[in-house]
Amino acid sequence: MEHFLSIFVRAVFIENMALTFFLGMCTFIAISKKISTAIGLGIAVVVVLAITVPVNNLIYNLLLREGALAWAGFPEVDLSFLGFLSYIGVIAAMVQILEMVLDRYVPALYNALGVFLPLITVNCAILGASLIMIEQDQTFAESVVFGLGAGVGWALAITALAGVREKLKYSDVPDGLRGLGITFISVGLLSLCFMSFGGIDI
Amino acid sequence: MSTQKAVLVDPIFNNNPIALQVLGICSALAVTISMSQTLVMCAAVIFVTTMSNVAVSLVRNRVPTSIRIIVQMTIIASLVIVVDQVLQAVAYDISKSLSVFVGLIITNCIVMGRAEAFAMQNGPYLSALDGFGNALGYSVILIGVALIREPLGSGTFMGYEILPTVSNGGWYYTNGMLLLSPSAFFIIGLFIWAIRAWKPEQVEEAEYEIAPNEQYQEAI
Repeated sequence: MEHFLSIFVRAVFIENMALTFFLGMCTFIAISKKISTAIGLGIAVVVVLAITVPVNNLIYNLLLREGALAWAGFPEVDLSFLGFLSYIGVIAAMVQILEMVLDRYVPALYNALGVFLPLITVNCAILGASLIMIEQDQTFAESVVFGLGAGVGWALAITALAGVREKLKYSDVPDGLRGLGITFISVGLLSLCFMSFGGIDI
Repeated sequence: MSTQKAVLVDPIFNNNPIALQVLGICSALAVTISMSQTLVMCAAVIFVTTMSNVAVSLVRNRVPTSIRIIVQMTIIASLVIVVDQVLQAVAYDISKSLSVFVGLIITNCIVMGRAEAFAMQNGPYLSALDGFGNALGYSVILIGVALIREPLGSGTFMGYEILPTVSNGGWYYTNGMLLLSPSAFFIIGLFIWAIRAWKPEQVEEAEYEIAPNEQYQEAI
């Protein structure tokens, strides 16, 4: 149990997707002007990450890795070079399915997430989490916790940045730094704050 | 001729993918710790963006719009697999240290963004130039960041020591901050400032104009 808690805390704070790995930066910068939209996008990312990382873990362990096809009678086949293609396919398909399911059963959430769901397919944080999961060779249970933690961490970071930016627009910033420039500097400061979580060890 | 030149050169400073279009920042920052990693990453992005633009532009009239994203995705993912396999075969160490970031070229918004915004409307030749130009604009920023981070952060350039560090008996105290992630954000922020100071037409409109202070008494 402690092991899983440690993975979760590590994914949320210490190895934060957005602020330490720079993943999902494009969306992170583009859609962090208002807290409400940032929270909506954050929730969508949590949901999608919590589903796609475990699914990709199953795909890797049951189909792609060396010797994984032994159950089908091909013990020496190694399909891991097909990884990128499969993961991105899974992510695109999962997002599509999630969109349809939400539309049918939870229309309120569907309307709230609206435009963000399709955007998420090309969010580097989603693919990045899957690739990190493969690289760390996690088990299925670990990947569930990791996916959830990575999503929560990303959502936390974008909400924090949106909070900063909502105040920032009233400030008198030098011309060239206005908008994108000052946003980058604020993200840098946020990232610096998150580094102070570095020593936490459970 | 002038269109072709504009398509190629514009993205480098006038319409830089990172500094103005906010594309492709994701995988950009983490690889800039060392120059050799950065150069490999830039070469990979240049290859993938150019080739994917050509491929997408060649099939643009045959692909139904409803499935175009998945087609672009497949083209890009296949190209990245090629890059990844070549890297693993030729430069295994660099491929290991780039780790997940080679794979993340797939979701690099520059590649997708240019395929969607330019290659879907233009012929293969112009698309190739556009892809090349945009990847070059991305590379300029990346190399610039790496030029600051590697020498000042660890006293080396391309792995060779140029500033003798204190730990090796020299005089230069390495700035550990530059090896950490926040520094990349600061450097890019300052880059954007520099580019916009040079080309003032890129400055964003202020959302709120701050009223001049007319009651001087209170200010004092």
